[in-house]
Amino acid sequence: MTAPLVPRDAAEVEEAVRWALGAGKTLEVTGRGSKRTLGRPAQTDATLDLSALAGVTLYEPRELVLSARAATPIAAIAALVAENGQELAFEPMDCSALLGGPAREGTLGGVLATNLSGPRRIKAGAARDHFLGFSAVSGRGETFKAGGRVVKNVTGYDLSKLMAGSFGTLAAMTEVTIKTLPRAETEASVLLLGLAPEAAVPAMAAAMGSPFEVSGAAHLPAGVAARTGVPGLPDGKAVTALRLEGVGPSVAHRRDGLLGLLAPHGTRECLAVEASRQLWGAIRDVTPFATRGEPDADRPVWRISTAPSRGAELAAMIAGADEAEVLLDWAGGLVWAAVAPSADAGAATVRAATAHCGGHATLIRASAAVRAAVDVFEPQRGPLAVLTRRVKESFDPRGVLCPGRMWVGV
Amino acid sequence: MSVGMPALDQGVLARRDEIVAALRRIVPGEGVIATEREMRPYESDGLTAYRQLPLVVVLPGTTAQVSQVLRWCFENGVKVVPRGAGTSLSGGALPLGDGVLLGMGKFNKVRRIDFADRVAVVEPGVTNLAITRAVEHAGFYYAPDPSSQIACTIGGNIAENSGGVHCLKYGLTTNNVLGCELVLITGDVVRLGGGHLDAGGYDLLGVVTGSEGLLGVVTEVTVRILQKPETARALLLGFETPEAAGDCVGKIIAAGIIPGGMEMMDRLATAAVEEFVHAGYPLDVEAILIVELDGPRAECDHLVETVSAIARDCGAVTVRVSASEEERLLFWAGRKAAFPAVGRISPDYYCMDGTIPRARLPYVLQRTRELSEQYGLRCANVFHAGDGNLHPLILYDANDADQLARAEAFGADILRLCVEVGGVLTGEHGVGVEKRDLMPSMFSQIDLAHQQRLKCAFDQKGLLNPGKVFPVLSTCAELGRMHVSAGRLPFPDIPRF
Repeated sequence: MTAPLVPRDAAEVEEAVRWALGAGKTLEVTGRGSKRTLGRPAQTDATLDLSALAGVTLYEPRELVLSARAATPIAAIAALVAENGQELAFEPMDCSALLGGPAREGTLGGVLATNLSGPRRIKAGAARDHFLGFSAVSGRGETFKAGGRVVKNVTGYDLSKLMAGSFGTLAAMTEVTIKTLPRAETEASVLLLGLAPEAAVPAMAAAMGSPFEVSGAAHLPAGVAARTGVPGLPDGKAVTALRLEGVGPSVAHRRDGLLGLLAPHGTRECLAVEASRQLWGAIRDVTPFATRGEPDADRPVWRISTAPSRGAELAAMIAGADEAEVLLDWAGGLVWAAVAPSADAGAATVRAATAHCGGHATLIRASAAVRAAVDVFEPQRGPLAVLTRRVKESFDPRGVLCPGRMWVGV
Repeated sequence: MSVGMPALDQGVLARRDEIVAALRRIVPGEGVIATEREMRPYESDGLTAYRQLPLVVVLPGTTAQVSQVLRWCFENGVKVVPRGAGTSLSGGALPLGDGVLLGMGKFNKVRRIDFADRVAVVEPGVTNLAITRAVEHAGFYYAPDPSSQIACTIGGNIAENSGGVHCLKYGLTTNNVLGCELVLITGDVVRLGGGHLDAGGYDLLGVVTGSEGLLGVVTEVTVRILQKPETARALLLGFETPEAAGDCVGKIIAAGIIPGGMEMMDRLATAAVEEFVHAGYPLDVEAILIVELDGPRAECDHLVETVSAIARDCGAVTVRVSASEEERLLFWAGRKAAFPAVGRISPDYYCMDGTIPRARLPYVLQRTRELSEQYGLRCANVFHAGDGNLHPLILYDANDADQLARAEAFGADILRLCVEVGGVLTGEHGVGVEKRDLMPSMFSQIDLAHQQRLKCAFDQKGLLNPGKVFPVLSTCAELGRMHVSAGRLPFPDIPRF
């Protein structure tokens, strides 16, 4: 293992990749390392540590645009845009609760490379939807750019989308440009209490199908809800939460409308702004499934995207087989499952559930041995697997960047 | 107008009868069109200055037929140009004389609507507006609304990543499509995404959207549908300078408001529209702004007050708030008729489509006025002010060859200006053939090569819609070459421990 390469600027990133190409070495691309255990374990010769590429290079609140070097901490960006009443609307999660390590370490490049979005995904879109442009060094050792700094842009292929969720396997991003949006003045949550998941999902669908602009819809079974630590949640009851954000009069108006709409679905309560913020922070970061700091003893955690109406069924298939606990976000379309530790981390059950209900599952937390043994990302077959490999090779023909992080050879 | 297209493949032209016969075996009956008279309607798209008869037109009706057509063309080295409704304004569906034109018009069914999951599954030839028509009885709609929405298809919307007047708040096509079935040039069929959010693996759906028919042919689409806002109200604002109008746009956004729509027109466009539609627009101002606020009633009422105050603060001399749904639609009627209205005051107009950072609007308008004088052609400006998408309409007479040449040169100068101020060549109309040769003003050769290699991953032989988007056609073998120098350890002067 060679010592980490720590380039000071984008030109040195290019130099590092060229070195790897010439020397026949492979590189693990990292920012500040908060998501390093996502994906299959690194099988690389050296680490390309981009942490020195930090700092906001452009921020124009009126243009709703921000550019920053790839390893700029999300926390710093969030603080800066908050000063202007703005936020990153896709609600980037902080992985430290799940994966361990210090809190608030994640970088903007890391959030985009993993395309992890929080509860507001259902209303505001994913990280990829807010990603306008970038500069990067591909596995060919060449610096290239795509996209721009304006929202409406169809000039050339939308390579920002491809970079989002590519886990560093196509290019090492050096600078990125994202959309910023006004932060809601206030928020409140309407809670339904004591529902089973199969009753919660139709209630959430009713809320999402209303004109009340719900910006978060999640279901937490009783034990899971209790571990959020949010004061004011009733003891021992499952919580189905619906978030409303906006200006004060609008939130009040929609809260009343939603309370009326949900009357047939059961007991309702309201959560005021502070408790609501805490609850959605806990859902975003999945704190009920927080690590106990012992990666090998922790329960493996899966993140599963499916059609919302199938969420309860999918959760039941997993919970029934593996003594799992689940948390449903995205109105049922995102199932977080913490399963009993086993040699395959419950992969057989989870894959059977996605095969039956549709969607895809990612093993977010498991020991390195398990992540090496089972598919971390949804397995691909046939022409799609071939296409994925060809896309990888078009950017990184020698397999220099994070080879094998997503699938064998990719 | 002229643009260089790939040299005709004489071998393919010589095999025309054989190609037609092969296509007829795959798509029997009237699905293959080979006479000049019947192919004439396909000779151009919405960019009518460019015309070319295709080698042959094929209109498949099933995914299996699309797959077989593409596989046959792949195996026989024949180019293919996909086409939806043919409303592209950049020549994306311009036929090739030695290529098969693949029309997707028969794919016109809405397959499934799921209100619980808020999705619609439709065939690519369904029009944009038909999706909304299919779901509106339940209070839903499909958000992207390009001006051509009555005619343009969702398949074409994916190819172009179409926008509309509401995309600042509700996004472009790419933000509203969840999945598709895609047939590759090899005939292989892949499914990208589906009824769930965020397709797993590489976001291939994200790059197919906006790929202008160069990567594959979409045969089914899953879109997100949204519940209609409870209410919508529009403000009609008039300003004595474009700068004041631009300032007002910036201040609205700085106040934390994202309007459903925010449209600006300059004096020339406003006058043309008012004469045509009688929308009651003020004629004594240099710029008008239409701001639409939508959402819950309480929120709209609250924001209408805020926006009115901001507008007055910015020196608005006209501030009118729609008092009824009829009045709101009247405010919009003018804007929506802007292109035909300009068409009434000039024999022809050439519509440009750059995007700029909003703050640069006054400078860009000033430079456009100077260029207008320099080229001796009038220019009316229509502007999606919320997202910075500029539609200068250059007025000219196509019967005058010199005017046509000047219009093209003027348009190219405007687009270069957009790039110069930090913007882009095209916001929603696509590159196509129209802006293809301007791509180097925005991208380096290395940038373009990375894009073209992505095409190679999908289309190794370069058979799908060649001659569009990229100014120089290189073979995938040429693009794939790599020059690697021996590995000196980089920046050895810094410590790594």
